[in-house]
Amino acid sequence: MSTFFAMGGYAAYVWPAYGVAAAVLIGVWIASVRGLRARESEIEAVEAERPRRERR
Amino acid sequence: MHRYANPARFQRLSRAVFPWSAGLTVLFLGLGLWFALFDSPPDYQQGETVRIMYIHVPAAWMSLFAYTCVAVASAVLLVWKHPLAELAARAMAPVGASFTAVCLITGSLWGEPMWGTWWVWDARLTSVLVLFFLYLGYIALANAFDDPTRGGRAAAILALVGVVNVPIIKFSVDWWNTLHQPASVMRLGGPTIDPSMLRPLLLMALGFTFYFLTVTLIRIRAEILARRLRALQFAAGAAAEPSGIRQASA
Repeated sequence: MSTFFAMGGYAAYVWPAYGVAAAVLIGVWIASVRGLRARESEIEAVEAERPRRERR
Repeated sequence: MHRYANPARFQRLSRAVFPWSAGLTVLFLGLGLWFALFDSPPDYQQGETVRIMYIHVPAAWMSLFAYTCVAVASAVLLVWKHPLAELAARAMAPVGASFTAVCLITGSLWGEPMWGTWWVWDARLTSVLVLFFLYLGYIALANAFDDPTRGGRAAAILALVGVVNVPIIKFSVDWWNTLHQPASVMRLGGPTIDPSMLRPLLLMALGFTFYFLTVTLIRIRAEILARRLRALQFAAGAAAEPSGIRQASA
């Protein structure tokens, strides 16, 4: 198990590489979802305030 | 293609595709990581650092693929004025930039133990850095205008001007004397990489591709809503000012 984490002595390079990739990719996914939710609630807010069109 | 110019139709398609895309992302990344970290051998020269390749190379492929997609969307915008093309390009650019950053950072982490340097101004590394700046320039330009359609058009021109960088990056290791190694997968005559290493490489590449698709779908939906919000706010503004006609775009 510890040999796995040691990565043949290159742990200081391999694990940060995987870590940066995970952080960036997960971060972009989360930021994108949060951006979508923010836009959805903004749209709801504006559409709720709009005067209702008269129904013929 | 113009069938999906209608945002509602696009939303329906996107909603149908999304769960599959997300599921395949998790599946291929899971399989890829298993093979990359556990079920593949160390390299006879590079030892365990070869495992960095399973992040670095797929990220590099995605950075080129995403830029090409942005360029294609930009061409569609400029030639056919397809309304979703601009939103798609805006959605994809930050994801492409992120892949480029991952490629550059993991490349440095690989270069230091193997080459003895974090960076070198060879043709491949320099042209990928230029690609990163092109992405940043695209994003900045698209957001630099009060009227987003003008920003989208300006950024589209930048994207198309910069697309020449994509074949330059690809062939840089052939055209110049580079420290970066030549191609061992995408080459005439087929891959020279060992199958035990090609497998995690391709699985991670598939995982990154479905990730790109999934996140792009999320981001396009957000862009559609942002554009609709802007239109509503403009309509509300115009209604509040009964005198005079407001121009929505110059």
